[in-house]
Amino acid sequence: MVGIDVFPTNRTDPGAAATRPSHTERPSMNVMTDPENVVVVGNGQAGIQLVDSLRREGYTGPITLLGEEPHHPYQRPPLSKDYLAAGKDPVPLPLRPEKFFTTNDVDARLGVHVTSIDRAARTVALDDGTTLAYSKLVLATGAANRELAVPGADLAGIHGLRTLTDAQALHARLDTVRSVVVIGAGFIGLEFAAAARARGLDVTVLEFADRPMGRALTPVMSGFFADAHQRLGVTLRLGEGIASFDGHNGHVTGAVSTTGQRYPADLVLVGVGVIPRTELAETAGLEVENGIVVDGSLRTSDPDIYALGDCASFPNVHAGTRTRLESVQNATDQARHAARAIVGTSAQLAAEPGTRSGGESNGYSDLPWFWSNQGPLRLQIAGLVAPGDQTVLRGNPADEKFSVFCFRDGTLAAVESVNQPADHMAARRLLAAGRTLTPEQAADPDFDLKTYSKQQPATV
Amino acid sequence: MAKISFHHSDGNVDVLDVDPGTSLMRAAVTNGVDGIVGECGGQAMCATCHVYVRPEYLDRLPEISDDEEEMLECTAGPRDETRSRLGCQITVGEDLEQIEVDVPDDQI
Repeated sequence: MVGIDVFPTNRTDPGAAATRPSHTERPSMNVMTDPENVVVVGNGQAGIQLVDSLRREGYTGPITLLGEEPHHPYQRPPLSKDYLAAGKDPVPLPLRPEKFFTTNDVDARLGVHVTSIDRAARTVALDDGTTLAYSKLVLATGAANRELAVPGADLAGIHGLRTLTDAQALHARLDTVRSVVVIGAGFIGLEFAAAARARGLDVTVLEFADRPMGRALTPVMSGFFADAHQRLGVTLRLGEGIASFDGHNGHVTGAVSTTGQRYPADLVLVGVGVIPRTELAETAGLEVENGIVVDGSLRTSDPDIYALGDCASFPNVHAGTRTRLESVQNATDQARHAARAIVGTSAQLAAEPGTRSGGESNGYSDLPWFWSNQGPLRLQIAGLVAPGDQTVLRGNPADEKFSVFCFRDGTLAAVESVNQPADHMAARRLLAAGRTLTPEQAADPDFDLKTYSKQQPATV
Repeated sequence: MAKISFHHSDGNVDVLDVDPGTSLMRAAVTNGVDGIVGECGGQAMCATCHVYVRPEYLDRLPEISDDEEEMLECTAGPRDETRSRLGCQITVGEDLEQIEVDVPDDQI
């Protein structure tokens, strides 16, 4: 059985205390391959964790971390939540303090764009005309917002939300507008809608599918959120996509939906998904399909190049197929795994690069989990939901505190929870350990789920 | 302004003066205090901002919410039944003008 170290527990063994090796006294590495220079493209959640983990795993060689944005690396999730609250200029939350890079001897550069990879020479070319050599290259390039192609999409006042620059612009405008239209009832759209509603604005959400967050949620949970947002005063229009925007003097004034309805809009937020940043990989001839294709070690079709996070398509044992996940958990857990693979401390030491045989038993297998806070609605998901899952309610949606347990082939596969963190954490324990329960147990409020989830499973 | 003191096991102390309404996690992360991470951005979802509050301040803290209670079971360092709290759930300000905590050796 795969050893799954995804779920942290209180550790009381003093031997497990991880004191950070200092710059000058790291342990020597007794590994077969000690890479000479690691270049990381992308300084978001995945890139930052990778750099941190490389040092924790004892890698002592040079690391160069390249970021396109001009800002010190920051956390994205708060940008669609607390960052948008009313008040004076909000401050982004850094991913690590500024001194992290000097303390860990990382050459961290901002506002740098990588233009190409020369795989034969093992160099990358930067937009300032210089090149950087690498022994290992990591692509943590993330994703970019999908743009609308409808008439009027280029009017002023139509925003996306992914970067700090986007969030700063939105925060400034939210003070001055009255009516907001959100295109897309996905996670970003609904988090933004809740934030705008909390400021007392008129909010309309247009969603062309028949239910919100349809890619990620069960129909039961989608239905709950549709009702809950409407109770919060959001106008939710399902089955209505965006057809065009009206404008005046170059600025948006309204959104026209696919049914011909017109909604006034001083501000539009477009949240229709993201596209993985695969340009560099594609032009370098790496395998790309719904992201940069990697194996269980997060390695691309080039053994010296890794890819992780929002940009990577990987074999997902929990889905039974390749997936590309867009979440903090995916970015950070993949980064930890890739760092071990790069430094060679995984049990895959003896496996040849590019083969899958020796690697399978230690392939990346961390349990996916996810959260979204939409106003008072705190959604948490353990595992991945699939169409056709048998769903069982635990608790009462009318209480706005309940969970949906999803069973697949008779086994627990995923759990969605709203304002019910105890259920979520129990689900993560169970799923990470490959354990299940019966639908009857899931539905029974007197079944002690928490204690059950903490029992040690019988050895396989 | 309010004052937060982060005591480390090696004897070092980081003393910060912060604006009212700042959480311990945000104060630590933005000021480079070692040993506090805040991986989930302050949403009580990751348990990487775990601190041990010094006993004299315990009675001035907000109640532990359901979310925080669940995450306190997942901290890397051992949980202290009275002193363990998530730094993202405690904010300083009028009701708490000063606080001192011990930072665990193990956070992530």
